Amino acid sequence: MSVIYLLLSLSILVAIVFFIAFIYSVKNGQYDDSYTPSVRMLFEDELVKEQPEELTKTKH
Amino acid sequence: MKDITCFHCGNECDSKNIAIKEKFFCCNGCKTVFEIFSENDLTCYYDFQNNPGAIPEEIAGKYDFLENKAIVAKLLEFSDSNIQIVNLYIPHIHCSSCIWVLENLHKLQENISSSQVNFPKKTVRITFNAEKTTLKEIVFLLSSIGYEPYISLEDYEVGKKKVDRSLIYKLGIAGFAFGNVMFLSFPEYFEVSGFWLDQYKNVFRWLMFFFSLPVVFYSAQDYFISAYKGLKAKILNIDVPIALGVSVLFIRSSVEIIFDLGTGFFDSLTGLVFFLLLGKFFQQKTYNFLSFERDYKSYFPIAVTRVSSDKKEENIQIYDVKKGDRLLIRNQELIPVDGILINGNAQIDYSFVTGESKTIRKQSGDKLFAGGKQVAGAIELEALTSVEQSYLTQLWSNDVFKKEHKSNFKTLTNSISKNFTVTVLSIAIISLVFWLFFDASKALNVFTAILIIACPCAIALAAPFAFGNLLRILGKQKFYVKNTDVLEQLAAIDTLVFDKTGTLTSNKKNTIKYEGDSLSEPEEILLKNTLRGSNHPLSRALYNLLDKNDIITLDSYEEYVGKGIEASYQNKNIKVGSAKLVNNAIEEKELNTAVHISTDNTYKGKFTFYNSYRKGVSKLFNKLKQHYNLVILSGDNDSEKENLEKLLPAKTKLIFNQKPEDKLEYIKYHQTEGAKVVMVGDGLNDAGALAQSNVGIAIAENVNVFSPACDAILDASKLHLLEKYISIAKSGISIVKWSFALSFIYNIIGLYFAITGQLKPVIAAILMPLSSISIVVFTTIATNLISKKIK
Repeated sequence: MSVIYLLLSLSILVAIVFFIAFIYSVKNGQYDDSYTPSVRMLFEDELVKEQPEELTKTKH
Repeated sequence: MKDITCFHCGNECDSKNIAIKEKFFCCNGCKTVFEIFSENDLTCYYDFQNNPGAIPEEIAGKYDFLENKAIVAKLLEFSDSNIQIVNLYIPHIHCSSCIWVLENLHKLQENISSSQVNFPKKTVRITFNAEKTTLKEIVFLLSSIGYEPYISLEDYEVGKKKVDRSLIYKLGIAGFAFGNVMFLSFPEYFEVSGFWLDQYKNVFRWLMFFFSLPVVFYSAQDYFISAYKGLKAKILNIDVPIALGVSVLFIRSSVEIIFDLGTGFFDSLTGLVFFLLLGKFFQQKTYNFLSFERDYKSYFPIAVTRVSSDKKEENIQIYDVKKGDRLLIRNQELIPVDGILINGNAQIDYSFVTGESKTIRKQSGDKLFAGGKQVAGAIELEALTSVEQSYLTQLWSNDVFKKEHKSNFKTLTNSISKNFTVTVLSIAIISLVFWLFFDASKALNVFTAILIIACPCAIALAAPFAFGNLLRILGKQKFYVKNTDVLEQLAAIDTLVFDKTGTLTSNKKNTIKYEGDSLSEPEEILLKNTLRGSNHPLSRALYNLLDKNDIITLDSYEEYVGKGIEASYQNKNIKVGSAKLVNNAIEEKELNTAVHISTDNTYKGKFTFYNSYRKGVSKLFNKLKQHYNLVILSGDNDSEKENLEKLLPAKTKLIFNQKPEDKLEYIKYHQTEGAKVVMVGDGLNDAGALAQSNVGIAIAENVNVFSPACDAILDASKLHLLEKYISIAKSGISIVKWSFALSFIYNIIGLYFAITGQLKPVIAAILMPLSSISIVVFTTIATNLISKKIK
């Protein structure tokens, strides 16, 4: 048993794992929208509390 | 004061009256949106982009049809007992602020569990709790923050769209196999004939064989199918030599490894398919947010209000409208069927149909045509036909809309492929015969080698990459072309037909001329302040023309829907509007729209609105006349004939009073005479002509909304560049021809190796990708160079 068989099967196994991941991600629609996620990842914790008393004044 | 723009929508503010803290708003609508956001801690909306918002529109009653469960069920993407998912198209989505606020909808309405924006398609997918809220409430919420969804009859029919992702799968598989096969064939490239390689080469070879199986039988299947279809129709399209090449590659390689004759060409095989699919992928990328296939369905509402005999109102689906039904059309609603006006003041805007934005007044008893939009209060009408049989919608039953009449266009690639295939086959057969006499053992080897090396990968890639890149460049210049075939057709045209209203003239800008007694300064101030209160398009246009800015508070103000406005200030009275309202005795038959003015019951004069031609029309026509026949087909009367004759070069044909079918027939007739026609139009009345023409270009003020079915959409502001766009398409053709020449050089080099019987796998593996890559590089650089001349 040569080590080449081990290496070959390992490398092909790794390749197939990535291939399955690719198919899975396409199926999930990850490639349907290639723009929005790039913007979405920049949003986080943007919710700033403003002073509520000033806002009540504007209500009628 | 002029520099103040609305914090919410960026429009110019008329006064400082509407403000919160240091922020100014153009109207109460915008202010309300700001308040909604600030109460819910969503003011970050304004941080990503300056003035991102839109003015919320009045929608009362417009979405009552969403109470009808059967209609809602058709719109929903998913519906369980309490969870519902809906995908709504929102034309206003345009920046990162939009994404942010729409994905934070759950902060505004707790029953929304999640919302996800698809920016390129301008849609938002909302998941909500159906027990606690309804689709109608969600639509109301979206409208209240300026993101009114666009729901049309089209959504009703399509239902759940299936996304076709097969090309990505095919490309992924081919790429995966290509990489692995390359890596497995590496040891044998160097032909280190030694004990090690002899021992293991069979393992490598059979692994390559198995990797190539899905590539041949799945990824490349479209080429086999297309070649088969072509042969059946007796056309030698480009897919024939490709399919031939792929099958010869696979069979010869398999035979080689089975009988231990050599390594085979699995690397070239997988690489070839991968590159071809890459070209296809590049070509297929189109504009997600644009629709080129619209018919009346995307203009028409889903439901309409029917008034039953006992005065009850109910919402019914539009296809359920029968002859004789009484329908209630509210302000800003579209008339879905031809009918007779029964009640109310009809002021109809036929701009969808004709491109003409000025409204037409109708009396009770008049006939109303489907496609018009009521713009002054509610009216009641009696349906004369069903939806499909209306005057406008009947146009779509014309044959042009049914068949793919453009599919018989022969692309450059396909016309060259016939000669190419014949040449390659004859070379292969001659060499076969030669070698059979000379050295029979090599004959079959040479024959297959020729078919392999001549596989027209580079030829097949030239057009997709050249035109695909041009498509992108033109898209940046606001000329959106449906696909690469359209660009090829555009390069071949010899006649341009233009619609007038809405295409050559602008809907937004009017030339306004005043005739009559001049107005005194207080009168002008009064007029301006009177106009400020009105939202009528003519009032807005006139308002922007006057430059008096003093603000006075009017003592009285009254707007008579469909007639005009009356206002008074310090005992001075003003009437603005139709001739009737201002008591103008001379009610002449006018060809152009006019707004009449009277103060204190004395007639002053009128503002006449003339068509205003778009920037650069005259220049464009003068440039175009050197190479093309020019025609203007207008649905209007010939009141503008003189103006047009002055504006346009003498040889332009002017034809007026054309009905939609006339336009279609005109183009059809000229096509039978051998003309290649471009139709440039905008309204639904041009839809037939756009479909019949070789290339139909729709002009749009706003590319996100209405445009009839067409091959290309051109932003109205870029009309004057049309001539340049056509010349770019022409240069595109010559780039493709040069690429063909380049790929022939590679083929000749390859053929030398093949005919002399020295084609080794490593040579094929170098030549094939090299030719493909150099074609891609050449076309990309060349197209970028020629597109520089747009600027």
